[in-house]
Amino acid sequence: MKLNELTIHEAHQLLLKREISAEELTKAVLDRIDRVEETIKAFLTVDREGALENSKKVDSEGDYSCALAGIPVAIKDNICTKDLKTTCASKMLANFIPPYDATVCEKLKAGKAIIIGKTNMDEFAMGSSTENSGFFVTRNPWDTERVPGGSSGGSAAAVAADECIFALGSDTGGSIRQPASHCGVVGLKPTYGRVSRYGLVAYASSLDQIGPITKDVTDCAIVLNAIAGWDEKDSTCANLPVPDFTESLVADVRGMKIGLPREYLGEGIDPDVREAIISAARTFEKLGAVCEEISLPHTEYALAAFYIIATAEASSNLARYDGIRYGVRARDYDDLLDLYKKTRSEGFGDEVKRRIMLGTYALSSGYYEAYYLKAQKVRTLVKRDFDQAFEKYDIIIAPTAPTPAFKIGEKTDDPLKMYMSDVCTIPVNMAGLPAISIPCGFSNGMPVGLQIIGKPFDEATILRAAYTFEQATDYRKKPAL
Amino acid sequence: MEFETVIGLEVHVELLTKSKVFCGCTTEFGGEVNTHCCPVCLGMPGVLPVLNKKAVEYAIKAALALNCEIAEFSKFDRKNYFYPDLPKAYQISQYDLPIGRKGYIEIEVNGKTKRIGINRIHLEEDAGKLIHEEGKSYSLVDLNRSGVPLIEIVSEPDIRTPEEAWLYLNKLKTILQYIEVSDCKMEEGSLRCDTNISLRPKGSDKFGTKVELKNLGSFRAVRRSLEYEEKRQREILEQGGVIMQETRRWDEVRGITIPLRSKEEAHDYRYFPDPDLVPVVIDREWVEKLKSELPELPDARKKRYMEEYGLPAYDAGVIIASKALANFFEECVSLYHDAKTVSNWVMSEMLGILNETGKEVEEIPFKPHQFVKMLKMIDDGTISGKIAKEVFKEMFETGKDPETIVKEKGLTQISDEKELENIAKKVIEQNPKSVEDYKKGKEKALGFLVGQVMKETRGKANPHLVNKILKELLS
Repeated sequence: MKLNELTIHEAHQLLLKREISAEELTKAVLDRIDRVEETIKAFLTVDREGALENSKKVDSEGDYSCALAGIPVAIKDNICTKDLKTTCASKMLANFIPPYDATVCEKLKAGKAIIIGKTNMDEFAMGSSTENSGFFVTRNPWDTERVPGGSSGGSAAAVAADECIFALGSDTGGSIRQPASHCGVVGLKPTYGRVSRYGLVAYASSLDQIGPITKDVTDCAIVLNAIAGWDEKDSTCANLPVPDFTESLVADVRGMKIGLPREYLGEGIDPDVREAIISAARTFEKLGAVCEEISLPHTEYALAAFYIIATAEASSNLARYDGIRYGVRARDYDDLLDLYKKTRSEGFGDEVKRRIMLGTYALSSGYYEAYYLKAQKVRTLVKRDFDQAFEKYDIIIAPTAPTPAFKIGEKTDDPLKMYMSDVCTIPVNMAGLPAISIPCGFSNGMPVGLQIIGKPFDEATILRAAYTFEQATDYRKKPAL
Repeated sequence: MEFETVIGLEVHVELLTKSKVFCGCTTEFGGEVNTHCCPVCLGMPGVLPVLNKKAVEYAIKAALALNCEIAEFSKFDRKNYFYPDLPKAYQISQYDLPIGRKGYIEIEVNGKTKRIGINRIHLEEDAGKLIHEEGKSYSLVDLNRSGVPLIEIVSEPDIRTPEEAWLYLNKLKTILQYIEVSDCKMEEGSLRCDTNISLRPKGSDKFGTKVELKNLGSFRAVRRSLEYEEKRQREILEQGGVIMQETRRWDEVRGITIPLRSKEEAHDYRYFPDPDLVPVVIDREWVEKLKSELPELPDARKKRYMEEYGLPAYDAGVIIASKALANFFEECVSLYHDAKTVSNWVMSEMLGILNETGKEVEEIPFKPHQFVKMLKMIDDGTISGKIAKEVFKEMFETGKDPETIVKEKGLTQISDEKELENIAKKVIEQNPKSVEDYKKGKEKALGFLVGQVMKETRGKANPHLVNKILKELLS
């Protein structure tokens, strides 16, 4: 087996036994990047020297006891890395080098993980295909004519193409789960507040959450262990005990009560995807769980409400990119207003501008009540749907995405069609819940993802269900690249 | 037609917390530009605010001292606008759930107590500062001040004259200094004031069109600008004109207000709850604890000075206006039997010299016990009251002990009757005209002769003795 194809737990065992070194592992990953990156284009920055240097340091210290020691990780480019360019795939931040690490990066570094580079994404995480990157489009390793999903498309593609051992993504409306689903890998959006957002460049602060994208469920638990927990730098981070998530890796769902919401299997869901989800439900039943159809009646309003709240917050969060202090500034301008206008016109892409305008409108005096406040009320109702379901059920399963990965360019002319890609994931962010996407089948050779949604701060149960499913099935495959 | 003036004040006050309101940077004034900053107060991508509890505490204290109701549940909102001194392009402020509401301040107007309502007090972050260099085509940004905690205190439109506005500001400043939440230095920008002013026909209960005034650099500027604006608006109204709703800028040099922007150009700040911060729950126990920690406030102190020390209302008012001065006064009183004497000295000599030199009470180089020692030297006849003033001045300049000064300068009072008699005889000889006048019954002439003796002794003669001796010699 090639080293770059290893999972975290496999590589960790080999490192502990001194059968491989961190440097060899890092080199294998960098070699793989050299070979396939021209096709996949998952990375915006590859920190070759830094990664090699750090891997040698880990080897010279010789202590691999940390689960992530010596393991190469790819970081989505909206997560700040000290002294390493962080662009959010935006021309606006093309030259931005943060003087600080995001809390998750501090934690990864403390655990001796090796940051090999920064991955491509939709600009400022706004998109579902990575086509909105200000620099280039990332391709799906399963079919390079297709999108990897988004916005963490670079991270998911890099994991699927074995250009790293694992990656971090961020998920505001499905940006970890949907690309994980499209690329046939595992992606987890933790509960809002489980992982510190400090250093994650904000898109929609009340919805954003950082999470792992990994090759299997075990790795997902390992990474969550490393990044979860209270952070004094993030007021919205929960001060709750963090369990050892690897203890949830038990193949047993007997007696588990699973809800299957009918709203997620109706119109607009690809028949193959629907079939894969129903089949997954049967698998769970065979494993001893109880599956029942349920209803989450406000689901249909979630998408519209999401695009009010997310864009409203974005319009404010992205206001700081004004060309004054950092990032790119327009070259010629007449006065202050002209400087703002030109910098923001040149620096932001179309989708970002569209969302800033939507959000600005939604917050404007005279419209605030009709849009923003109304959307917040819908959010409460969406959350209540889930709360009620979770009184009876341990987890809820649903498709991660309504269709498998679509063709590059297929939806770029129709924003609404593109927004529908996240219809199954958005309600989960609105309710702040944890959810994982794991491979559960194929449609014309493209992976299909199963979404498992859990109660707040109960990542343990969804990991256990996901692990059980993974052990009982054989959908974890590698693309022929 | 007779008009009534309606004035409301918005006062911003920087809190004296050691660190900023949403990060750990120092709030110290001054310092090299852009050195009191971190990624958070620079508004860099990905950073998050964390509320400084001390700032909330100070805001609650201020709200309590201004008789406000304290919210049980408060939150922060974003006020969105673009400006180079505002790194995030939004200011974290409070919109609909401020920390304090419905308070008041009492001021003395023509001997009567008048209550000025306070609509709200909220906590927010300060912005940075732009530095404009003469002749340069660019401006520079200093973000040392970015994120310093501010409270905004919004009065009700209860103020009727520029003088009341001035009294309100002074009272507000005194209260905030008493509770030590702000130093309220307008020249350092730790207290800033915008005003709203409108006129309406006397007796009307509807408000006229208001004008907002900005760029008020001192309490005097607040008063002068309001006086100017009151006159400007009255003249327009008297000629049948209409007032434009607008923001006007006070031009200190020319003493006029000039239009800055109209209502149409006003910002839509697009307030919404800041998703990066959690709501602030203010439990009643905390409020009670802070209430119990409040020091004696100026009004209570004034009342006590009048009742306990028998000071006239005016004197008590002047002394309590500065907490430092009142503390000095009180320490003296604790060491000396007659509060009135202390008060007289403080009111005349001390305030006089402070005014003259432009110094603060904190800069007085001598201690209350040294001052009291001087008073006692008058009482035991070591120095005369007149000499004491000289000694006081010297103490203020050098910080030396009064005894040392008297010894060094040889200022001890002459109470030797023999010596004074000789001088008196000399003065009688040299001033036959006055002697004659006195003998004719002109009492004033005696005063002149006493003055001559004092002059001969360079003020050191005991005036009571001189009086007595002269009378004896001339009888």
